Amino acid sequence: MSEPLLSVEQLRVSFETDDGIVHAVDGVSYQVEIGKTLGIVGESGSGKSVSSLTTLGLTRGPRTRIDGRMVFGGRDLVALPDAELRRVRGNEIAMIFQDPLSSLHPFYRVGWQLIEAVLAHRKVSKSAARARAIELLELVGIPDPQRRVDQYPHEFSGGMRQRAMIAMALVNEPQLLIADEPTTALDVTVQAQILALLNDLQKRLGMAIIIITHDLGVVAEIADEIAVMYAGRIVEYATTQEIFSSPQHPYTWGLLRSIPRLDIPRGEELVPIAGRPPSLINRPSGCYFHPRCPYVQDEHRRIDPQREPLADAPGHTVACLLAPEVRTRIWRGLASGQTPAELRHLASAGSAGSPLSTTSAAGTSQRDRLANSGE
Amino acid sequence: MGRYIIRRILWGIVLLILVSALTFILFYVFPAGNPAILRAGRNANQQDIAYITKELGLNKPIYTQFFDYMKNIFLHFDFGFSYYSQEPVLSLITNRLPATLSLTIGAVVLWVIAGIPVGIISAIKRGTFFDRAAMGIALTFVSMPVFWLALIVLYLFASDIGRFPILPGANAYVGLTVNPLKWFESLILPWIVLAATQAAIYSRLLRGNLLEVMGEDYIRTARAKGLPERRVIWRHGVRSAITPVVTVLGLDIGALLGGAVLTETVFSIHGIGLLNYNAILESDFPIVQGTVLLAAMFIIVANIVVDIGYAYLDPRVHYS
Repeated sequence: MSEPLLSVEQLRVSFETDDGIVHAVDGVSYQVEIGKTLGIVGESGSGKSVSSLTTLGLTRGPRTRIDGRMVFGGRDLVALPDAELRRVRGNEIAMIFQDPLSSLHPFYRVGWQLIEAVLAHRKVSKSAARARAIELLELVGIPDPQRRVDQYPHEFSGGMRQRAMIAMALVNEPQLLIADEPTTALDVTVQAQILALLNDLQKRLGMAIIIITHDLGVVAEIADEIAVMYAGRIVEYATTQEIFSSPQHPYTWGLLRSIPRLDIPRGEELVPIAGRPPSLINRPSGCYFHPRCPYVQDEHRRIDPQREPLADAPGHTVACLLAPEVRTRIWRGLASGQTPAELRHLASAGSAGSPLSTTSAAGTSQRDRLANSGE
Repeated sequence: MGRYIIRRILWGIVLLILVSALTFILFYVFPAGNPAILRAGRNANQQDIAYITKELGLNKPIYTQFFDYMKNIFLHFDFGFSYYSQEPVLSLITNRLPATLSLTIGAVVLWVIAGIPVGIISAIKRGTFFDRAAMGIALTFVSMPVFWLALIVLYLFASDIGRFPILPGANAYVGLTVNPLKWFESLILPWIVLAATQAAIYSRLLRGNLLEVMGEDYIRTARAKGLPERRVIWRHGVRSAITPVVTVLGLDIGALLGGAVLTETVFSIHGIGLLNYNAILESDFPIVQGTVLLAAMFIIVANIVVDIGYAYLDPRVHYS
């Protein structure tokens, strides 16, 4: 395997607030390969945006604590001084955001904002920067870029604004593009166009993409690998194919069942995940997902699961205390249309059976930890 | 845009007529005294008073008086004569205007120079000693009544009565054309007094605006582009945060040009404010009417200028 473009190791980000310390990102590790796409999926408050903003140093502040490493091109971005990190931002790593209207400055022409991005990193003439801006607007499919370059953001439609944001991000040919909910604020038809555009630009320019979303449907089309985040942690990490064919974590199941699908009869289409994301100040004990998990067992309230590889697919890791064969049976049941309530007994059966007979690496080590902790 | 301006000006004229009518009614319903008796002096007899009443047109019905007044303004640009000095109101006002202009412009320059940088630095260095100290001082100045601050300043620094007599105090104003140096010296204390409160208000306003703007998504975008922080603050943050301040500034200038009554009174600067104040005391109605109209006109013009200026500052604003 080649050297990854970005390697995040045990990243922790916490914010000191008046209510207490918010543990927004809690020991997250992932890698992004050159030219590949990683999808980070989770609800709001799962830490998915914070981990990416941290890549660019945009979460730095007097009340922020950042630990861990983010190695990009041989440098640790966490340790990089502000001035050096600034040269990475918008140059080697660029970012686009959720709401393109509020993300563009309302008082400046779109072209001016693109030119500014060029001049922030390149010593070129203003006219060369302008030519580059027009070239990029054309590349992202904005018609009549010669005229559009002199318009203000409010004169653009939503989809065009996001295209302009993408143009601005790509103007310095970054190796990594971070797209934070790039389609959430857009109409469904425009969403598909923007995703297709990102896919196409990636093929042409060869950059890696991290796409952050709450919608597994979005990453299905574009991501090579998917990290599912919950309460500041990655709870499942696998190739896109694996996530959709054999998802392992009850939270991932919940996300999958909440995607609108055409092949499921009306009325059972959308199944929301019960409950709310947990407080990141006072996090639940044991498995962070246990208060919302339909398959929760007593010990899950005490044991904090670690992400461990599956025996038959080492690239697929999951942080779940259920035994692998139990998970497989539950997912089969869910996929065939059964409800969590009907399948709940599988979880307790697996647990009550013979706990130590579980042979997977994950099951054994979690139980060992319990034994060692003296409970 | 042209249409819009014309429409605004026409509405402004309608508004001025309404303001005049209101002033007329207020003086009619709550007379400060009978101008004819005041005009006639102590030893006047009934005949004198009756004569003066007729002379001043006070025996006519109020609507006739108002109509005559409006007619003279629109046809002859004649704002009437003072009941006392018989001087034309228009020339009284034009004689007094330079003093008010001097006071206003100097104070505006001073409070902009003081208030805006303090507001910006406070926002950027939020929570630091500078921020706390500056906002504490600002709160103190906001809470001080102008007339009280003026008296304190006179007590401390006026060359005649001050504990530290370093600057000319009350009644020292001379015109710019008469003696520029003395003009400048005499206005330093009034400028400071008038600017102190405003500088405090502006610094707090700008600080609040800038703090809010720095949390906007487009500021995050500017940082994500890799711009130097200085540029993020000035070109992206301050550019947005200053816009509402410019609006308030325009309106404040308009209001002050109508006469800074308190400051002019305490410092005996013979500007529009003091003219108006004395006229009210003496029931010199034509002067009150004239100064009120002038003040209303400045405010209306300032409003129009601010609204037009806003379209230049914020490209999203369009008038048609």
